[in-house]
Amino acid sequence: MPRAAGLVVSGLVLVAVAVASIALGARPLALDQVWHGLFHDTGRYADVVVGERVSRTVLGMVAGLALGLAGAVLQALTRNPLADPGILGINMGASAAVVTAISFFGVTSFSGYVWFAFIGSAAVGVLVHALGGSRSATPVRLALAGTAVTAALSGYLYAVMIGDDVALNRMRFWQVGSLASARTDTIQQVLPFVVVGALLALGLARPLNAMAMGDDTARALGAHLGRTRALGMAAATVLCGAATAACGPIVFIGLMVPHIVRSFTSPDMRWILPYAAVLSPVLLLGADVVGRLVARPAELQVGIVTAVIGAPVFIFLVRRRRPAQL
Amino acid sequence: MKTTQVTKTLRTPGGLSVRLDIRSAVVVAVLLVAALATSVVLIGTGDFEIPAVDVLRTLAGHGNAGQEFIVNELRLPRALVGLLVGGALGLSGALFQAVSRNPLGSPDVLGLGQGSTAGALVMIVIFGGSATQVALGALVGGTVTGVAIYLLAWKRGVHGYRLVLVGIGVAAFVTAVNGYLLTKADFVDAARATVWMTGSLGGRGWDQVWPLLLLFAVVVPVVGACARPLRMLEMGDDAAGGLGVRVERVRMLLLVSSVGLTAAATAAAGPVAFVALTAPQIARRLTKSPGPNLLAATCMGATLLLAADLASQRAFGADQLPVGAVTGVVGGLYLLWLLVTERKAGRI
Repeated sequence: MPRAAGLVVSGLVLVAVAVASIALGARPLALDQVWHGLFHDTGRYADVVVGERVSRTVLGMVAGLALGLAGAVLQALTRNPLADPGILGINMGASAAVVTAISFFGVTSFSGYVWFAFIGSAAVGVLVHALGGSRSATPVRLALAGTAVTAALSGYLYAVMIGDDVALNRMRFWQVGSLASARTDTIQQVLPFVVVGALLALGLARPLNAMAMGDDTARALGAHLGRTRALGMAAATVLCGAATAACGPIVFIGLMVPHIVRSFTSPDMRWILPYAAVLSPVLLLGADVVGRLVARPAELQVGIVTAVIGAPVFIFLVRRRRPAQL
Repeated sequence: MKTTQVTKTLRTPGGLSVRLDIRSAVVVAVLLVAALATSVVLIGTGDFEIPAVDVLRTLAGHGNAGQEFIVNELRLPRALVGLLVGGALGLSGALFQAVSRNPLGSPDVLGLGQGSTAGALVMIVIFGGSATQVALGALVGGTVTGVAIYLLAWKRGVHGYRLVLVGIGVAAFVTAVNGYLLTKADFVDAARATVWMTGSLGGRGWDQVWPLLLLFAVVVPVVGACARPLRMLEMGDDAAGGLGVRVERVRMLLLVSSVGLTAAATAAAGPVAFVALTAPQIARRLTKSPGPNLLAATCMGATLLLAADLASQRAFGADQLPVGAVTGVVGGLYLLWLLVTERKAGRI
């Protein structure tokens, strides 16, 4: 089972990246210091640093997993390789809600944005699903409904930002996506949603496989199209809503990882989903570490690094082989 | 999906014939009239209101001196920029969606708008450049991005699927660069950049009209010559090749035209969002005609942009809210409405 072995190797890589994420940063730590901070926390300076970086690393893993799974589900659901949280309007829902929170409710902290962002993305997810025709939704109609909602909300976002200097100033930092705001309570806020969403997504692997063959074949194979679409939208919305609420919109992971995974697994969702769940955190954490190292002692936001590293890799993969069909 | 299509064939005695889709022709005519009527109302709108009759009289050269100055020097060029930018975006969106065979394959999704934005942001944030320099930066940024996408997607030809995916990769890259530039900007520059990024007709004049007109004069004949092969391309590369279409050359010409249109439109007015994405979709649903609907998309783009500008001027006052903030709302809501009504009618 080379694919199972690959999954184990990917898991080991994830552990290595997580350790690197705790050890590296503006002040690098030796491995024994990391060990000490993790298991014998005595409140030394290095132990505090480890504590800070652990919550950041955990958030990166949780958010990465959520984004990767959401991307894989959305691409299968819409049968469109362009589908990502951005296309279905979920990110824009979060952005519009956060700008509302800043401008009209005077919310100032990242952890205060979480619920607003979450409600915003959930509301847009439900809306797009309903406008796309709920039970009778077709892939193109879902994508178009998402685009239309994004268009309408972006007008609102820009209008508020142009009229409100404070909102503009906060949004330009929130919008790039960052793990720097990671705090234990943020993780606790979003973790239950990610767990539920992840289980839902993994459980949909079989019906999504059937749906990849087209609506008619899927129906003939016994898949419930309407139910799968509704559950898939729900899983994707909960997952990206949670990730976006915690870190801001990080678009590229959900888009890219399923494509990377498909390039070495078969188009079988039962493999794509677990691989995406393991490799997305690797990518997100790796990008975060790089962002901390290149601009020491300041840092580059992870959303920027993911795109700057990820885009060339993505283009290389697209060029190397005929992209795996969905 | 069932479409009833009324097609007439016009023939000349010399043996030339042209197919005429009546519904499409009517839609184009109505949109054209709507765009022109909106421009007249728009020219009359502002701090100094001018009734439509006076606007028409002034345009014909019979207005008083004050009206003539306001109309001919300030508001006519602004409306023309709106018409041309909207038309350019609508046309370029229709071309992109046809070539990539994807309803989401518009220049804003593929990173051309972001490329122009990067050029403009470099001018604003790093060099503190003038409006002309910003426009130039946008033009260069958009063109370079377009060329980069084409070259990166090239591999014994440019396949629609690969083009879209490479475009998305480039878009993500450039968006990240833009986000970085915005976080590094001081506050005044960031505010200026945000207004530019929204897309605005404020302060646009004859300087923007002439280059756009020139571009249309070059691009429209090229696109016109490729319109027929483009319809065949929609049947797939192999079928089109079998019918004698030189697939790669046609595709390159159309992409170059599309990139040129987007880059010039963005340089003139900023990356006005969603016109290129929604106008072809709306046009297609109005004409109910398969195929790229190039003319209808062009007219729809122009109408959409001007209607959005008019809505913004009427609702928020002259030049308070940039048009780009409204095109999204107008275009998005209209597209939603169309989707819902189409579903109710069971047409999708």
